[in-house]
Amino acid sequence: MRLPCPICGERDRREFYYRGAALALHRPDPDAGDEAWADYVHLRDNPAGVTRDLWYHEGGCSAWIVVTRNTVTHEVLGAELAEGAR
Amino acid sequence: MRLANRGMVDRNAPVTFTFDGVGHSGFEGDTLASALLANGVRLVGRSFKYHRPRGILTAGSEEPNALVTLGSGARQDPNVRATQQELYEGLAAQSQNRWPSLDWDLLALNDLAAPFFGAGFYYKTFMWPKAFWEKLYEPAIRRAAGLGALSGLNNADTYERAFAFCDLLVIGSGPAGLMAALGAARAGADVILAEEDFRMGGRLLAETHEVDGKPGHLWAAGLLDELASMDNVRLMTRTTVTGAYDQGTYGALERVSHHVPRSRAPLECFWRIVAKRAILAAGALERPVAFRNNDRPGIMTASAVRAYANRWGVSPGKAVSVFTNNDDGYRTARDLVAAGVHVAALIDSRHDGPDLPGVHVIKGAQVCDAAGRKGLESITIRTHRGEEKLLTDCLAMSGGWNPTLHLTCHMNGRPAWREDIQGFAPVPGMIPGLQAVGACNGSFSTAACLREGAEAAEDALEALGFKPAALELPQAEDDPFRIAPLWSVEGKGRAWLDFQNDVTVKDVKQAAVENFRSVEHMKRYTTQGMATDQGKNSNVAALAVLADVTGRAIPETGTTTFRPPFVPVSIAAMGAGAQGKGFAPQRFTTSHKASIERGAPMIEAGLWYRPSYFPAPGESNWRQACDREVKMVRETVGICDVSTLGKIDIQGPDAAAFLDFVYTNTFSTLKVGRTRYGLMLREDGFVMDDGTCARLGETHFLMTTTTAAAGEVMRHLEFVHQCLRPELDVVFTSVTEQWAQFAVAGPKSRDLLDALLDKPLNGPDWPFMACGPVTVMGVKARLFRISFSGEHAYELAVPARYGDALFRELLARAGALGGGPYGMEALNVLRIEKGFITHSEIHGRTTAYDVGLGKMVSEKKDCIGKTMSERDGLIDPMRERLVGLKPVGAVKQVIAGAHLFEVDDAPVRENDKGYVTSVCYSPTLGHMLALAFLKNGPERIGERVKMVDHVRKIEALCEVVHPIAFDPEGGRMRD
Repeated sequence: MRLPCPICGERDRREFYYRGAALALHRPDPDAGDEAWADYVHLRDNPAGVTRDLWYHEGGCSAWIVVTRNTVTHEVLGAELAEGAR
Repeated sequence: MRLANRGMVDRNAPVTFTFDGVGHSGFEGDTLASALLANGVRLVGRSFKYHRPRGILTAGSEEPNALVTLGSGARQDPNVRATQQELYEGLAAQSQNRWPSLDWDLLALNDLAAPFFGAGFYYKTFMWPKAFWEKLYEPAIRRAAGLGALSGLNNADTYERAFAFCDLLVIGSGPAGLMAALGAARAGADVILAEEDFRMGGRLLAETHEVDGKPGHLWAAGLLDELASMDNVRLMTRTTVTGAYDQGTYGALERVSHHVPRSRAPLECFWRIVAKRAILAAGALERPVAFRNNDRPGIMTASAVRAYANRWGVSPGKAVSVFTNNDDGYRTARDLVAAGVHVAALIDSRHDGPDLPGVHVIKGAQVCDAAGRKGLESITIRTHRGEEKLLTDCLAMSGGWNPTLHLTCHMNGRPAWREDIQGFAPVPGMIPGLQAVGACNGSFSTAACLREGAEAAEDALEALGFKPAALELPQAEDDPFRIAPLWSVEGKGRAWLDFQNDVTVKDVKQAAVENFRSVEHMKRYTTQGMATDQGKNSNVAALAVLADVTGRAIPETGTTTFRPPFVPVSIAAMGAGAQGKGFAPQRFTTSHKASIERGAPMIEAGLWYRPSYFPAPGESNWRQACDREVKMVRETVGICDVSTLGKIDIQGPDAAAFLDFVYTNTFSTLKVGRTRYGLMLREDGFVMDDGTCARLGETHFLMTTTTAAAGEVMRHLEFVHQCLRPELDVVFTSVTEQWAQFAVAGPKSRDLLDALLDKPLNGPDWPFMACGPVTVMGVKARLFRISFSGEHAYELAVPARYGDALFRELLARAGALGGGPYGMEALNVLRIEKGFITHSEIHGRTTAYDVGLGKMVSEKKDCIGKTMSERDGLIDPMRERLVGLKPVGAVKQVIAGAHLFEVDDAPVRENDKGYVTSVCYSPTLGHMLALAFLKNGPERIGERVKMVDHVRKIEALCEVVHPIAFDPEGGRMRD
């Protein structure tokens, strides 16, 4: 698998570290309550279809990126820098 | 038997080789199989289960029978297909799965016991007693059933892996593949043409068809010359594309040097080819017909017989017969007659087959038996008149052709049944970007192959944005493919479907009788298609037999599907470069050489190697060295390389604000020239890492991490910045490798540094936790007054290129003061005596509260992990919390990993009160000392608990003590 790093271009998957759903970008306020925090830290969907997840270009430019891909067809639909994706 | 004036072997280049120790000769251009046939060797192996004598069946990588072992010792190479192995001078091949010899195999007794060994015999026969399976049944079965053996030695060969990128990957170099490659190459696309064989041309090499008015192989040679002259084309022979994966990625195995005596060249190379488009032109595989004893040596596929005659100038027999259900089989008879070989008869199962001048054609007939245990002697032909015997030493059989569509199935696509060819063919879109053309698309005539290849190149060029170049279609035969299905011939006895796994028609029928009617169940019950040929020769026929016996049509019964790899790929090739140090690279500090010179045994810390201890004369074990080194640091001065700790340079106007957010404690209040201990949490509230962070300038910090977590922390910082706080202006750079850093620890550390540094330290400027620039012999360095030993101590950092020199200088100066180097063992004892934590304590399940640092989570600000760390369950006093332990009973031992119980409680899980994380003998205090997590521990100082090591059966009575066992006030490191 190759991912389109917005800075480096298409690169091999082995250069990237996988984190999980891009939900991690939306950190609740400290006083958002137990439920919001439990959702943020623990709960993730497991979609059959399009998903957005966070990858870190550890073997490249150190960018955290949000990759949109399809878990059924394995298509990689696009990627953007995490700092612009919130 | 070699034929005069036929074939493409080089008759001026004879080659000698041995098979089972017997010398033979062949020619350059031969495969081991063609050379064996030329030498009249028909018996080449024994079957997997019944040890039946077997001969060569095919002329390609699908060969199920002719598997041999090449070489010996560490370079023993089992299960080499003789049909693929090129002949070279001195090649030594051994047959497999026989004892004591191929000709006289004791385990052929299995064949007599065959009634007991049918489908499912494992499941039925070896049910009880249960204990017998592992000890008796399985080893016995494994000995009897088998392929070639590994040597058991380390693999002595080298392997490589490589990556390639192209616009168009063409798989297969027959007429379809050649046209596709030429069309794309002329238009300027980057083309890779991969061919499994050592010679390009595909079926054109084995047929006598003319293309463009020339013999096919000459037409191919001319076209290949043009391709070879083009810079945008890479021709890869001996390269099997083994798998199709996401995004146009293909795996391919190149057999780099199997065709020459062992050299320094790698044996194989595993390629990952990334292609924008791909054209599959893999051809088709001819299938056998199942009839009684159709596995006799000398019975081969018709296309293989023809290939041996036309390409290699070898006739597999003196009196050849042909058995076919389609027109293609006639080509074998025709070509043999043209080559002067006697064709005894052509048996066509159809009534309406064509005639062939000069050949005795028997229509509406079937071959129903074959005789000649170690080599075919005769066949029995059944017609409406009855049965008659025909003397023949080679039978060429053709049950039709299966398109080689394997790669198209690798992403879960299902092929479709085609009645006209009686076979499965790919449907478009099974692999995105891949188009199947020619025979693997079910189009069998040469003209159709040429046309589809050219058209597919145009389609690919259009998709890639190239303008197609002029490409004329050459003239070639366009015969229709006529076939009437015949899968198995009725009759008694065993008719083989899967030659490699010894699966017969009867076995498939038995599976259906026992209600394994789904093709997936039948496969697993009978093991059909599960050998190394992966059912290439048998899947469709077995499916057809199953359809027949269950009264369903073939498409209704199921489809065949294939997973990667197309041919067996050695693990060594796929894992090339990842053995030994390739798997775990070694990281050495700048003091490595000097430490080794002092005899220090090394211990692994992640990928790093660090000295365990530095043995002194007269010391006979590590404990003596460790105790001495601890005492040395406590009394004089010790030197320790601490460069492996992660160092992250953090700069920017918002650096301080950022650190306030990632550390639990506050760093914006830290003065320039001072260092602070920091604790970092994960967002779930548990401790991630700890370390010191120095403020080198208003907007410049240097963070240290633990050795193990350096990569994780760097990733975390980038995440927090880019994903959560992108508005902060701050950047991070790992400088772990750039700085060599040494701890100078002990009461005499100050004396050592004052003499070493270009200017002595001014005491008031260097209180505990100070940091700043210094110079050492003219070299700019950094000094930190921090301590992991509890002594008055410093860490001195220089650019890594000075590390070796500085370490040696420090050792010399320490030695003069009665000190010296200390290793990881002493470092560990020093920190346990002081109750300092490492990843033994912050192992991912402990909180700041648990390790006694709850107050470090600032109330005044938010930080990563703060909210979750405040959950009730994480601040419950009854949690397991950090304490010290010392043994006070008769047993003076404490063991890391042991569990804690109340003195009077039974040591069972329900009564568990905690566990021990770190243990040492403290030479300073004169007893064993441990750090442990104990429920409500800090409130139980002075009480007694029982330590139980269930593995070693050791119990020790311990007193709960404060985790800081030595110098609790910290005066030694502050003063």
